[in-house]
Amino acid sequence: MTDPIQPETDAPEQEAELAESALVEEVSIDGMCGVY
Amino acid sequence: MPTTPTAAPAGGMLEEAWALDESVALRPEPFGALAYHFGTRKLSFLKTPELVDVVRLLATSTSVEHALRDAGVPESHWPAYVGALRGLATGGMIRPRGQRGQA
Amino acid sequence: MTILEERTAPPPSPGKLVDQFEKGLDAPICLTWELTYACNLACVHCLSSSGRRDPRELSTDECKALIDEFERMQIFYVNIGGGEPTVRPDFWELLDYAVDHHVGVKFSTNGFRITAERATQLAATDYVDVQVSLDGATAEVNDAVRGEGTYDAALRAMANLRDAGMRDFKMSVVCTRHNIGQLDDFKAIADRYGAQLRLTRLRPSGRGADVWEDLHPLPEQQRELYDWLMAHGDRVLTGDSFFHLAAYGEPLPGLNLCGAGRVVCLVDPVGDVYACPFAIHDRFLAGNVRDLGGFDTVWKHAPLFQELRSPQSGGACTRCSAYDACRGGCMAAKFFTGLPLDGPDPECVKGNATGALAEGRTRPDSSRDHSHTGTVRNAPVPVTLLRHRPSAMCDQSPLA
Repeated sequence: MTDPIQPETDAPEQEAELAESALVEEVSIDGMCGVY
Repeated sequence: MPTTPTAAPAGGMLEEAWALDESVALRPEPFGALAYHFGTRKLSFLKTPELVDVVRLLATSTSVEHALRDAGVPESHWPAYVGALRGLATGGMIRPRGQRGQA
Repeated sequence: MTILEERTAPPPSPGKLVDQFEKGLDAPICLTWELTYACNLACVHCLSSSGRRDPRELSTDECKALIDEFERMQIFYVNIGGGEPTVRPDFWELLDYAVDHHVGVKFSTNGFRITAERATQLAATDYVDVQVSLDGATAEVNDAVRGEGTYDAALRAMANLRDAGMRDFKMSVVCTRHNIGQLDDFKAIADRYGAQLRLTRLRPSGRGADVWEDLHPLPEQQRELYDWLMAHGDRVLTGDSFFHLAAYGEPLPGLNLCGAGRVVCLVDPVGDVYACPFAIHDRFLAGNVRDLGGFDTVWKHAPLFQELRSPQSGGACTRCSAYDACRGGCMAAKFFTGLPLDGPDPECVKGNATGALAEGRTRPDSSRDHSHTGTVRNAPVPVTLLRHRPSAMCDQSPLA
């Protein structure tokens, strides 16, 4: 799962919404399938 | 420290001067940009073109607020944008001006 | 904007990143570049069927021109492999050329040529990462797959890297039926050398097609692996190779999607561009970097890649409750086991492929095979019949 840079919340359903509205998402350099 | 999209004004950061770290490369994409920090190998996606503009404008803007205005970001969106900038700062992608790592 | 417009501007909602990725990008996020098909080893599961150098290999100048193209396209990071990339005499020169041209490198190696001296050089080079391959926590398990002496060579390389001051280089393991029980031991070995453990999926690709039936983890082992990975969080890397296990519940860290032709691809030693390193077959060949327009044109305009970047049919899988999580699994795994691409992964955790696997199916022929034909000093002795039985007694030099 990518890591949206957003403040933490207690409610999991709010987390999903925040992920959608996050303006920045961090992606692991090793987090892509199809790479050695 | 963290803000939510509906919170009160983001406070201090708006008045601060920041810049992209010199180890970071920005690659435009249709929806925004890919940012890669060569030192930390951190990869981030900036998901709106406006955020990319803000980040590019930081180095020559006297403050974050000026960069947001110049990029045409509506004031109601500023907390979300400052939240994004704080996240980039935490990851070392942007640095306060006057510190090591930027021009 | 007017004051009214500012007050009523809806909050920004850029949506999910992975939805953007599935439409493709103007350049890969990163890619795998196999520098040579030559290799001093003959691992039984080699995904690229490597061993013998291909005479049409890209020249040093062609490699540098390709690096120039990566730089122009702002591909910040490439994974260099092979075969064994260090057997190319110009490997170290190309490594320096890449990092001097804003292209970070992680290279994958069996460790034989990572001497103390080379380790010192590597530790002093910015923007280079090293990945040492190891497929058993003991010589017994490892060497059965990779060949005699390969366990010792890998540990020696890692000791050299550690002693030279390299931290967090990668120790990469292909998970098999015989090493799933060694996960804690793998972690201990990685910790001992200051390395980061990476566990990856065995795909039925290359020579892997021959041994897959015997080596792929059993269903209960997949569950064991998933639980172990969940327990170790982000500390253990996976290259997102287990996204098919997301069907168990929580997804593992990573993009959790097939990146082939969308965010990653492979450039092979003769410049052929494939959707991914596990899909070296005409079916997934997009073009060649020697074609007019080079790599950039292939990435942006190859019909195969346009096809992969359009909405994919999930077929029978779309009716499954887990589809959103697993997305039907690995394209290469399905292709090389002769299963339909719009059906379940052969290792579907819900067992949805069991029926299809039991039926008669046609496995594709291997269209690229650079395996050694003669005896190789370290070659593991296979316990099952292979396609590539040695036909001659003489030792064939990988540099020929």
